[in-house]
Amino acid sequence: MLGEFRLWPRAASTVAEKVDTLYLFEVAVTVFFTILICALVIGMGVIYRKGSRAARANPPTSKWLEAIWATVPLVLVMVMFAWGAAVFYEIKTVPDGAMKIDVVGKQWMWKLQHANGKREINELHVPVGRPVVLRMISDDVIHDFYVPAFRVKQDVVPGRYSQLWFEATEPGTYHLFCAEYCGTEHAQMIGKVVVMEERAFAEWLSGTSSDDPPAVAGEKLFERMRCGTCHKQGPGGRGPSLVGIAGKPVPLKGGGSVLADANYIRESIVRPQARIVAGYQPLMPAYPQLTTEELNQLVAYIESLGAPGDGDAGRSDTGPSTPVEDATPPDENEAPSTEGENE
Amino acid sequence: MIDVARKERNYVDADYSVWSWFLTTDHKRVAILYLISITVFFMLGGAAAVLFRLELMTPQPDFVIPETYNKLFTLHGILMVFFYLIPSIPAVLGNFLLPLMIGAKDVAFPKLNLASWYVYMVGGVLTVAAIVFGGVDTGWTFYTPYSSTYGNSAVLLAGLGVFVVGFSSILTGINFLATIHTMRAPGLTWFRLPLFVWAHYATSLIIILGTPVVSITVLLVAVERLFGVGIFDPTLGGDPLLFQHLFWFYSHPAVYIMILPSMGVISEIIACFARKKVFGYHFIAFSSLAIALLGFLVWGHHMYVSGQSMYAGFVFSFLTMLVGVPSAIKVFNWTATLYKGQVSWTTPMMYALGFIGLFTIGGLTGLFLATLGIDVHVHDTYFVVAHFHYIMVGGASMGYLGGLHFWWPKMTGKMYPETWGRFSAIVVFVGFNLTFFPQFLLGYMGMPRRYHMYPEEFQVLNVMSTAGASIMGVGYLLPLGYLLWSLWYGKNATSNPWDARGLEWTIESPPTPHNFHEKPVVTTEVYDYDPEQPLPPPSERVVSPAESETETVQ
Ligand code: HEC
Ligand SMILES: [Cu+2]
Ligand SMILES: [Cu+2]
Repeated sequence: MLGEFRLWPRAASTVAEKVDTLYLFEVAVTVFFTILICALVIGMGVIYRKGSRAARANPPTSKWLEAIWATVPLVLVMVMFAWGAAVFYEIKTVPDGAMKIDVVGKQWMWKLQHANGKREINELHVPVGRPVVLRMISDDVIHDFYVPAFRVKQDVVPGRYSQLWFEATEPGTYHLFCAEYCGTEHAQMIGKVVVMEERAFAEWLSGTSSDDPPAVAGEKLFERMRCGTCHKQGPGGRGPSLVGIAGKPVPLKGGGSVLADANYIRESIVRPQARIVAGYQPLMPAYPQLTTEELNQLVAYIESLGAPGDGDAGRSDTGPSTPVEDATPPDENEAPSTEGENE
Repeated sequence: MIDVARKERNYVDADYSVWSWFLTTDHKRVAILYLISITVFFMLGGAAAVLFRLELMTPQPDFVIPETYNKLFTLHGILMVFFYLIPSIPAVLGNFLLPLMIGAKDVAFPKLNLASWYVYMVGGVLTVAAIVFGGVDTGWTFYTPYSSTYGNSAVLLAGLGVFVVGFSSILTGINFLATIHTMRAPGLTWFRLPLFVWAHYATSLIIILGTPVVSITVLLVAVERLFGVGIFDPTLGGDPLLFQHLFWFYSHPAVYIMILPSMGVISEIIACFARKKVFGYHFIAFSSLAIALLGFLVWGHHMYVSGQSMYAGFVFSFLTMLVGVPSAIKVFNWTATLYKGQVSWTTPMMYALGFIGLFTIGGLTGLFLATLGIDVHVHDTYFVVAHFHYIMVGGASMGYLGGLHFWWPKMTGKMYPETWGRFSAIVVFVGFNLTFFPQFLLGYMGMPRRYHMYPEEFQVLNVMSTAGASIMGVGYLLPLGYLLWSLWYGKNATSNPWDARGLEWTIESPPTPHNFHEKPVVTTEVYDYDPEQPLPPPSERVVSPAESETETVQ
């Protein structure tokens, strides 16, 4: 159970064991040096206590000794640095084809939305054995999405997207904490991550949901806000065509270019004047009335617009729906166990 | 010379009027003013800790409401960092001893010195008022946009308090640098300076270079709040991470402002009670400077998961690891000083040896946090809380208490009761470990910091921690009691009860207002101890009744 007394956290992601191994290495170094220093201090404090008979002639000089105890720590910390950097690289590098989930943090709850539109609050269901990437943004102050059993956390910042990925390895229910202090109910901004077998997850995900996928909702919003009056599918509009811009460099007025990632697209809508596309006038009005979630939807829609000429934009096959629909109807109907490891 | 000494009153007896204290320019009296006020702030901050540790005995929020809990840890953090840890050793021991150690009659700018105390008090009163009456709940880190947009307006007042108190540090830092540069006695070359002086030199550099940054940051928060200029608030086009960069650019070096002076104290104590020159004197002296400068290049290790780029993470991790090396060498050097020494387990020595053990653990666990792959998991958990308490309480505070005992005879002319001293050092040590060791385990299990309630599985360790905190509380109250007691009932100390080296021990205890009767000339090397010559027995540390009678005759 979640509430059981333990001295070691459960390990339930692909990186968890790597973090633990590195941690144990540093624990070993720490224990070794702590015992060494304490033994030396107490030992010499006793042997050379005031008035003891121990010989005190010719104390050593410092040069060669200091060289040794400068080198040993240097080597050790360099090992720690390199090893830690390697693990960090893995934690930071999102694998291709990861399943996308949107996360909005706000005082004091987590709102999550799957790519097929299904929403959750303070609870996240994910399949075991498939990389999941969270695109996170805050509605107000800084929060932090933290799942101890996965050994990962990432700050959730207002005004910009951050991402966090993991691949769960053990079905079970795990703590989800907000790790960045965010005000009165910070300690209640908690929830759980439910890791399910693939099939059970597919069934869960296809359950009733009245929400459009974010990209579809974004397309509707795009029409409702009349963005299309300036942004045509092809050239010739007052604004640039948005088809196929996502993930490509955009030339800017005054030289230079910028990669059109989610943060740039979001900024272009929230503060159009911040960076102007080369060859266009700063005509675009700002849209302060759009909520964090609506902005997420617009960004998802623009990202889903394929390369120029792809035609039917907005209903692209990004997201996890394909494998989920492929899954055979569940016969075993495995409910997620709440026990991660059976210890 | 002795005759002259007997005729002149010491700095305490020189004048008893209230204004002689409040308008004093004597560095020793300023130190005492600081001692008293720092103790008050420390007790306030400690009381807040007691309250929230009580709340954490149970997983449910039952003792205080969440708002109160958040204000309590904010009060605790702000008071302990800005009003206790940063000023404690420099403003109390440094002010008192620095001029004595270099053979000067005062600091370079005595009036600025007094001004710094007033500035400190104004900052302190503003801050406490803001937190207690206004209810500041941002934590001592004041992260934006919570502090700038969401927290209530008392945040500004608390920020103003921190802003003001920064100037008192700056005044002290400038004073120390000028004093060390210009007022050393003839013959007192740089490499004859006690390591305590070196440590304060490095600390003053950090204070002068770093404190203005935090002041500017607080100003920027004020500008944003008052005039709506977008600096940190993303809805105004600002960048919330900018605040973290600026904040840690000061606050990481501030860690060294807290620990370097303590390292200076430890060097003095160990040399005296091992009767040996500190091993690797030059290295320790220079490493203080190296740490001071490198310390400015590692702030990003607080931001590995903030959204800072991965490559920035690599650079900051690498540099942070490098800072670990001189700290490790220092620990080895202190330990090696004991070898073939003549070790006396006095109270200050017990604090110093306790410091070595706790600082070792604190430093090594700092490497966990510098390691990118581990920090992602333990950042903002109790692991961090445990780590910095090992450095701040186990390191900085142990040094402060050790130093207070070591120089108590010099400052007050009285001996503290040795048995009580040793007893309380052990109580502090045991209580400290019981409080903070379980927090490493809690942190690795994933308990986030600043939670007033938590899942049940964390309770056992939290109860241990609270139990330890109450033991530690007793350990801190004991010295308060017996040190005060000693002022009236303690035996009169001789001018050099520890048979220690250093100019401060060549003058009376307590010193006269002008410290030295004639300008001292230094001809010996620093820490000129002889391991064959043990510490004088307790009976020789105090003035015998017959002597003391003649000595008190005015
Ligand atoms: C009045 C015409 C107009 C309207 C309405 C308008 N835009 Fe724009 N938009 C522009 C112009 C002109 C630019 C290019 C100049 C710039 O960068 O601001 C632009 C740029 C953009 C960009 C950056 C494109 C790139 O290639 O870098 C995005 C994204 C965008 N708009 C999204 C939207 C969305 C979403 C809406 C509806 C909520 C919208 N726009 C409504 C005129 C408009
Ligand atoms: Cu939070
Ligand atoms: Cu730091």
